[in-house]
Amino acid sequence: MSWTADEMMTIAAARRLRDGQSCFVGIGLPSTAANLARRTHAPELTLIYESGTIGAKPGHLPLSIGDGILAETADTVVSVPEVFNYWLQPGRIDVGFLGAAQIDRYANINTTVIGDYDDPKVRLPGAGGAPEIAASCGEVIVIVRQSRRAFVDRVDFITSFGFGSGAGERERLGLRGRGPRTVITDLGILEPDPATEELRLTHLHPGVDLDTVRDATGWPIVSAPNLETTHPPTEEELSVLRALT
Amino acid sequence: MAEVVPLSHAVERLVHDGDSVALEGFTHLIPFAAAHEIIRQGRRDLTLIRMTPDLVYDQMIGMGCARKLVFSWGGNPGVGSLHRFREAVQNHSLEIEEHSHAGMANAYVAGASGLPFAVLRGYLGTDLPGVTATIKPITCPFTGEELTAVPAINPDVGVIHAQRADRRGNVQLWGITGVQKEVVLAARDSLVTVEEVVDSLDPVPGAIVLPSWAVGYVSVAPGGSHPSYTQDYSARDNEFYSAWDDVSRDRETFLSWMQHHVMSAGRPA
Repeated sequence: MSWTADEMMTIAAARRLRDGQSCFVGIGLPSTAANLARRTHAPELTLIYESGTIGAKPGHLPLSIGDGILAETADTVVSVPEVFNYWLQPGRIDVGFLGAAQIDRYANINTTVIGDYDDPKVRLPGAGGAPEIAASCGEVIVIVRQSRRAFVDRVDFITSFGFGSGAGERERLGLRGRGPRTVITDLGILEPDPATEELRLTHLHPGVDLDTVRDATGWPIVSAPNLETTHPPTEEELSVLRALT
Repeated sequence: MAEVVPLSHAVERLVHDGDSVALEGFTHLIPFAAAHEIIRQGRRDLTLIRMTPDLVYDQMIGMGCARKLVFSWGGNPGVGSLHRFREAVQNHSLEIEEHSHAGMANAYVAGASGLPFAVLRGYLGTDLPGVTATIKPITCPFTGEELTAVPAINPDVGVIHAQRADRRGNVQLWGITGVQKEVVLAARDSLVTVEEVVDSLDPVPGAIVLPSWAVGYVSVAPGGSHPSYTQDYSARDNEFYSAWDDVSRDRETFLSWMQHHVMSAGRPA
């Protein structure tokens, strides 16, 4: 069975979600991966969207974070102030699942501007729920296609804080969540070095070589000593994903 | 007591050039009919406030209604960019004040609560406080913890769409309720467009009722949230949202679309 790099990325991301967890889901790739997880190994995964839909069980993928299917299938629908204040802010949600336009070696995320803020080359959508998701969820998973444009040494703008410029910064700021522990791309998986919090390569997806990853990364990326190869997608994962998208 | 009046009258009385106006609706219940009436009446120099500008503000910005935008996420959900918004920012023709969702939701809560500001665990470590003057650090007087403050949002006019009202102007809405209640209570005056006016508001699970005396004007605008939606009345028109990418990309195409579909459309009764 063959698969695309995007399918491998989505499946690798879905596998990181454990059954019984609660997950604050961004739209796009995170939503696809979270819904795949719920249909395969994690039926008791609670999906929370920033529209205030808690425990959504959509029968098909929503286009927006506020499609009717989310409200109709949710355990409860709460207001937007409530979802941020009562549910996200106290650290009640296990995993935040985010995308990125740019991400840097310390997993800081930019979704605001490319170039200078006051004279942007490209104006992006902005923050949405991401800064507080990145700060307050137990941990954060980032899913983003790997390229030199996206994987930069330093982001042009920190929309959502990863590890700043290295170890200890989250603690100094008083951020309660553990930050981006996993970055999943179409080439492999990156995780912060426990000593420095710099992202390093821990998994290559099947058929991807190290040089490809180096070419697609805007800093001299280091591999973990025990670099692994991601398990290829199973037939079940692929068929469920294809039925979903 | 809310006055039940035609939409064009409500907009004439409520919205003036230079006002700060918040049209809310978090993906659901976006008040497009009211926005179109504001556009047709040619309002200018508005400060537009909205968490997710969405197509509704892309249209108002593209039609020249806005001087300033206060927002927290300016994309076309699941599709990509808002091209009229993006071009206006890249051309420096629109002043922006940019927040996160949590910051803006709390600013509305403070506005509705009669407080000057809101406190949250937010923005820490990000570059947003450096570019937005209305995000400031604050120290908890009890624990010494460093937190963040944002000033209350109290728009001149708050506008929402809802499922229905009764003849006295009590408003009922359900489904994703976003910051609908907060914006009406935070605003100095308000307009609620509804799908229908009914004799009595039967209870619906999870519904909010805004009492008539807390609402300024109610106008009937069936389908007034399209291409957004009104739960139990209409579905989100996801094809419209996808197609908007091409309509809005080029300014001339956008203007001719607006001329045809909004400007020359008859005013709703």
